[in-house]
Amino acid sequence: MVMWSSLIKRELQLLGRQKADWLNPLVFFLLVLSLFPLGIGPEPGMLKQIAPGLVWIAALLSVLLSAERLFKDDYRYGVIEQLVAGRQGLFSYVTAKICCHWLSTGVPLILVSPLIAVLLGLDWQSWQVLVVTLILGTPVLSLLSVLGAALTMAADKGGILQALIILPLYIPLLIFASGAMEAAATALPYTGQLAVLLAFLLFALALVPLAVRQALRMNVG
Amino acid sequence: MSIILAAEALSCVRQDRVLFENLNFQLSAGQVLYIQGKNGAGKSSLLRLLAGLSLPEDGQILFHGKPLSSVAELFAEQLLFIGHQSGIHPQLTALQNLAFWSALTEQQVADPYQLLGFLGLAGLEDIPCFMLSAGQQRRVSLARLWFTTKPLWILDEPFTSLDQQLIAKLEQHFLQHLSAGGVIVLTSHQVLSASYPQLQAIELEYRW
Repeated sequence: MVMWSSLIKRELQLLGRQKADWLNPLVFFLLVLSLFPLGIGPEPGMLKQIAPGLVWIAALLSVLLSAERLFKDDYRYGVIEQLVAGRQGLFSYVTAKICCHWLSTGVPLILVSPLIAVLLGLDWQSWQVLVVTLILGTPVLSLLSVLGAALTMAADKGGILQALIILPLYIPLLIFASGAMEAAATALPYTGQLAVLLAFLLFALALVPLAVRQALRMNVG
Repeated sequence: MSIILAAEALSCVRQDRVLFENLNFQLSAGQVLYIQGKNGAGKSSLLRLLAGLSLPEDGQILFHGKPLSSVAELFAEQLLFIGHQSGIHPQLTALQNLAFWSALTEQQVADPYQLLGFLGLAGLEDIPCFMLSAGQQRRVSLARLWFTTKPLWILDEPFTSLDQQLIAKLEQHFLQHLSAGGVIVLTSHQVLSASYPQLQAIELEYRW
């Protein structure tokens, strides 16, 4: 536990020094969403109708944007090689990375969601559902992007490769998250979609850290 | 004396080039294995094999008489590996890098300021490592050797970019570690100046 909290501290120190790593995706998210009312027209009914898809597509792309550099430095400077050789700390390192990635990209999206609700003309009820889908969905986004980053860390231009590997895995999430918001907007029950999101989250939580650890080992070996 | 680390008929192939084949050695407590060779002769590849990071083409590595793959966890617990890259994140300060490695190996640094001072980094503890010189970064990386309790050290070119004074300190520390029953495997282009009681040297030849 002491080890884990020190690792979290290290990741936060790194985020503190490399602010672009978490500020850029957030700015990207806000910029994309603020362009839609301008491009499509400020007609509230229209915006409200397409809002669920918009928010989630922007969230997907901004999280993907943040993940590319995740392991690059540690790989280049030999940190990962030495972690793999030492074995014991590797799993804690992976979980700390995932946790801090969510703290630095998922949580800010949840925090700016009231602003998004204003931009897209969402009502109180829809905003609540948006927040719940973000709380359940952004950790899955982080888990999958960390996996993509681990698989492609040794590749020279890993960004596009990573997008190709990870985007298909995002699709179920996109469908159920925007489905929940659409159902809520038309006053239908949406607990089913939320339950599926929760199931994704638990499934990814159980398996992805192990897969990331294996991917790191594979890339070093 | 029991043999800690041994190689039997070890071969390594990289990009269709045989780096070395039929390499044998046995190391017991208190011994140094000093690997020499030209650039590209396979020194680092040999170290990576010994650290369990890659698999040999042929032959096997024994740890306390058992194949490395069957005792991987136990082996990793006893191993301290510092590779060609320093393992230092340049955006973090010396203290933060030290804290990271001490947390990972669950080994406490009694007084990090004193240790860094001893290594000639007094006053530089709190600036990001990218502002330090190559030799100073190497010092931060090697600081681990002063608080680890692991017996088996595998070090790739530990003397690179260090000045004479620090090399002397480091060799003194090596001797201490060896007399406490440790084992060291290292590569270097530099001639070892301290006199080691039990030194084994391997010269890898550059082969086409």
